[in-house]
Amino acid sequence: MIRGAFRSVLPFVVGIPLLAIAQAFVPQAYFLWIVTIGVNVVLAVSLNVVNGFTGQFSLGHAGFMAVGAYTAAKVSLAFAGVRIVGLPEVVSDQLAFAFALAGGMGAAALAGFLVGMPSLRLRGDYLAIVTLGFGEIIRSLIENTTVLGEALGLQGLPKRTNVVWIGVSALATIVMARRLAVSTQGRALFAIREDEIAAEAMGVDTTGYKVRAFTISAAYAGLAGGLVGHSIQMVTPAMFTFIRSIEVVVMVVLGGLGSVTGSILAAVVLGIAIEAFRNFQEYRMVVYALLLVVLMLLRPQGILGTRELWDLRFFRRVPRPRPLAATPGGASPTDVRDEP
Amino acid sequence: MSAPNPLELERVTMRFGGLKALSAFSLVMRPRELVGLIGPNGAGKTTAFNAITGVYRPSEGDVRVAGERVNGRRPHEICARGVARTFQNIRLFKELTALDNVRIACHAQATSGFFDALFLTGRHRSEEARIVARAEGYLEVMGLADRRDEIAKGLPYGEQRRLEIARALATDPKVLCLDEPAAGMNAGEKTELMQLIRGIRDRFGLAILVIEHDMRLVMGVSERMLVLDHGVTIAEGAPEAIRKDPKVIEAYLGDAYLEEKHIEVPPA
Repeated sequence: MIRGAFRSVLPFVVGIPLLAIAQAFVPQAYFLWIVTIGVNVVLAVSLNVVNGFTGQFSLGHAGFMAVGAYTAAKVSLAFAGVRIVGLPEVVSDQLAFAFALAGGMGAAALAGFLVGMPSLRLRGDYLAIVTLGFGEIIRSLIENTTVLGEALGLQGLPKRTNVVWIGVSALATIVMARRLAVSTQGRALFAIREDEIAAEAMGVDTTGYKVRAFTISAAYAGLAGGLVGHSIQMVTPAMFTFIRSIEVVVMVVLGGLGSVTGSILAAVVLGIAIEAFRNFQEYRMVVYALLLVVLMLLRPQGILGTRELWDLRFFRRVPRPRPLAATPGGASPTDVRDEP
Repeated sequence: MSAPNPLELERVTMRFGGLKALSAFSLVMRPRELVGLIGPNGAGKTTAFNAITGVYRPSEGDVRVAGERVNGRRPHEICARGVARTFQNIRLFKELTALDNVRIACHAQATSGFFDALFLTGRHRSEEARIVARAEGYLEVMGLADRRDEIAKGLPYGEQRRLEIARALATDPKVLCLDEPAAGMNAGEKTELMQLIRGIRDRFGLAILVIEHDMRLVMGVSERMLVLDHGVTIAEGAPEAIRKDPKVIEAYLGDAYLEEKHIEVPPA
């Protein structure tokens, strides 16, 4: 039991000290790079749970991010100057930040649940349109709400995001996705992606699972929102436009729908590209469009498809033995035919 | 009173607009019974399956699983109550391995939830191990043990059909509905499959309902048969009686055949 509990937190036990060391050595000039890349990883991997694992096309990730960012910002502002009695200021501040992030995640998860419940009965393009609409509604709501600072947003947030927080969040997202992928619950999501009718017939509550995947994914988008707000010390509606959602979708598709390592790879590469070409920002959408067109022509399944990095032959030291094609008494592989 | 029958249909009618795909279809499946459902193309066989498994909601009549009325229940709820099925046009989870296909069907008995999976609780890990063992068992029964890690769409056609049955068995059903399990197979494979179906019934103690086009084949295996034509049950009884039933012959071979052979069709 203790061993099990330890395995459950192992990635963090190893990760946090390493991140703390990185925190001490990373020059301030690269901080923004790390935030961009880390937040991209959180967003791409969490969106992959919906778009990749479950096969539902969501375009609302920026909306959930906004819900998380604004909730975390409000919590942080409410706690500003408050110090928990008996704790040193640093610890008290960090606790307040943890609380703010958790609040952001919770609010985003709730939003995901509320949006998911009615709309996940829709499929394909229809779901994409509903989630896109949700993202835009959230943004317009914020732009017209005084307590949320309207178009100017909320300023003067404490700067709390650091390398450790970014790293732990990315790690938490990856661990969530990987553990899900190898569990009964994750397989139920794959089943929905592969064949919804068959999944339902095999006892998978498809609507329930879609809503759960959507809720979890939204929670992590909210986490990403909280991290961004507390690194540049403000949140504005302009940070959470439809373009942001598209960016995340591009990462997921580029890396391969369903592949966690693919999403990480794409998030890191695109994150670096975004920071390196910040001076040519206006061309970003052109580049995304080109990237997608080239990808669809050359490799429609994404860089890794549904596989993970370690599934590639290059990484596999012991090749899996291929069983003989034909079995005695069975049909030969040439008999495989596509059913109408 | 003895245990309720695993599946009962009482005057189930399916209407699609003006079309009556199934009219007043009644069927009682007793425990461990092997029933054949036959009929020409478009007779309503698959419609009957869809009404049983919750894909359609019957326009009229009742479907009862183990004595409980399940009209309007969703397919996964009906599956959880003990009715499993295969599909006429194979519907495997194509991109997943054979093992995963079967493991997904073990899902219904899983008690651990999302949070168990995320925090790797003890309950989650022991359950995963149990599911793997069960799934491997079903693959073994269907002679697919060595295909465990193969991607489903890469399997030979006959094995895909068998994998679908393994997957249906893994939901731990009381009634297994097989929709043309032998479609596309050659004569030898068909005979082998029918023996396998009998074996499954004996081993797991299930009631099995088989849809099949090939009359000779289904007669060899079923204890009782129903014949549908244009949504109407035209005959029911033991295979030998069905074989000689003029109405059945007419439905399959047309009245020209009857005239040629000088067989009289009694008025309905």
